[in-house]
Amino acid sequence: MVSGYLITILITITIYAMLAHSLNIITGRAGQISLGHSAFFGIGAYTSALFYTGAGLSFWLSVPLGTIISGIVGALLGIPCLRVRDDFLAITTMGIVFVVEAVFLYIPFFGGAMGVGGIDPPKWFGREMSKPEYFILLLIVLILLLFFDRRLERSWIGLAWSSIREDEMAAGTMGVDIVRFKVIAFILGSAIAGLAGGFYAHFLTFIMPQNFGFGQSIVILCMVVFGGIGTRWGPILGAIILGILPEISRPIMEYRTFLYGLLLVAMMRFQPGGLLGEESLLVKFFNSVGSSVRGKRIIKNASRS
Amino acid sequence: MLLEVKNLCKEFDGLRALDQVSFSAREGEILGIIGPNGAGKTTLFNIISGIYSPSNGEIFFQGKSLLRLKPHQISRLGVSRTFQIVRPFLNLDVETNILVAWGHRFYPSLLKSIEPFRKVEILEEVRTIIERTGLQPYANQPTKNLPLGIKKRVEIARALALRPRLLLLDEPTGGLRFEEFVQLMALIRQISEEGIGVLLIEHNMQVVMDLCRRIVVLDHGSKIAEGPPEEIRSNPRVIEAYLGKEV
Repeated sequence: MVSGYLITILITITIYAMLAHSLNIITGRAGQISLGHSAFFGIGAYTSALFYTGAGLSFWLSVPLGTIISGIVGALLGIPCLRVRDDFLAITTMGIVFVVEAVFLYIPFFGGAMGVGGIDPPKWFGREMSKPEYFILLLIVLILLLFFDRRLERSWIGLAWSSIREDEMAAGTMGVDIVRFKVIAFILGSAIAGLAGGFYAHFLTFIMPQNFGFGQSIVILCMVVFGGIGTRWGPILGAIILGILPEISRPIMEYRTFLYGLLLVAMMRFQPGGLLGEESLLVKFFNSVGSSVRGKRIIKNASRS
Repeated sequence: MLLEVKNLCKEFDGLRALDQVSFSAREGEILGIIGPNGAGKTTLFNIISGIYSPSNGEIFFQGKSLLRLKPHQISRLGVSRTFQIVRPFLNLDVETNILVAWGHRFYPSLLKSIEPFRKVEILEEVRTIIERTGLQPYANQPTKNLPLGIKKRVEIARALALRPRLLLLDEPTGGLRFEEFVQLMALIRQISEEGIGVLLIEHNMQVVMDLCRRIVVLDHGSKIAEGPPEEIRSNPRVIEAYLGKEV
């Protein structure tokens, strides 16, 4: 039997993996920096929580609704972001997270500082889903998202995103409708973050505005950058490593943030593309191991014949 | 008439970059646009391709006004361009650079734009553009590693993938070696023979005199002359603009 502690970490990491993956669509694929991603995580969590506790909808309805609403809000909030670039975009998206957090905190409808409680874990087959079952559900969703990501990357949408990321002006003169494709990226990224939020709410059963603050945005961004921005598996790997790190470093609790920071600085210095990004030492290492194994096999076969 | 520019003006913070510029271009014609540095040639291209909007004046492409259209709409109508300071997509390979422009017929429909872009039929058509522009050896290399002359050809290849009716070339021969230069001249001529109109900004007078039957001369944002090369060469205002007034 898997321990409750382990399964909690596994679920948390899977949710972070979804978040990192969703931010990667906006920042990695379409090249639009966002420091406000936790806002959509929060919007998804709050909408699905309130649809559940307030409107009495089931988990299976409230989470998709949270996803859709988060996507719609992502499109609306994405519009002011379309006219700004780079550092201005960073500040604008940062503003979004402060506004959304303040809305949750100061509007009584959202429960204020007390947050929203009484969200139950999902039910299926007439009983409550166990934590390992919930983990498997999340894992399946994540895998489906990654399949979808692969499809997108190889589509004209993915190509249009690459061109915008590379050079917005040139992309425009090549027939790429910049606004349209940026909005698509914002909608998809925000919706998937909202989906992760819904899963999170039904996992914690209690949510507060602080869970979705600016710090959370930075954590998600760190996972993406650490693992390899713009790659499919990088953000997932980033979520796994940076998700496990606080757990294994529990014995040195006091130095945890220090370790976290040091790791990021070292990463930016030696592997700015991320663990699986461009010039990745990890990928090179596995390639060289792979080719030397293949090489030995060829020599062996040659000597045999 | 393929392109008609009427009384075009552009001001940047009170500075007149273009002042009442009018001219027109026909299908299959190579129209040279020359003038000293800062004459407003690149500004003119940026306005035609929709990157800037003009302060005043009108532009018609095949009778349709281009004012208030975005760059992607203008490019989809059949106006494509290259940049004076090259802007290929540096981290994409040559083939993918061309594919970006090829996608203009897929981008408007959401349903079509989720189709995979590397399809055999499409790659074959892209290959013909690659061959035409002599880029075969570089097709699968990242563009950032290529020399300037090749990057310039990538830009032309990309512009051709839009199936343009009008091609704006901003100093395509700058910084090229002699053989590259000769190949490029032949390519431009061939493009115009297919009926595509070409606007050519060029500093190299040999190129302009060889390729263009008609030349527009800009100086300080105004058109100071227009006519066949022989006439332009001996026009006193043009000589003055380039060399200064005789004392």
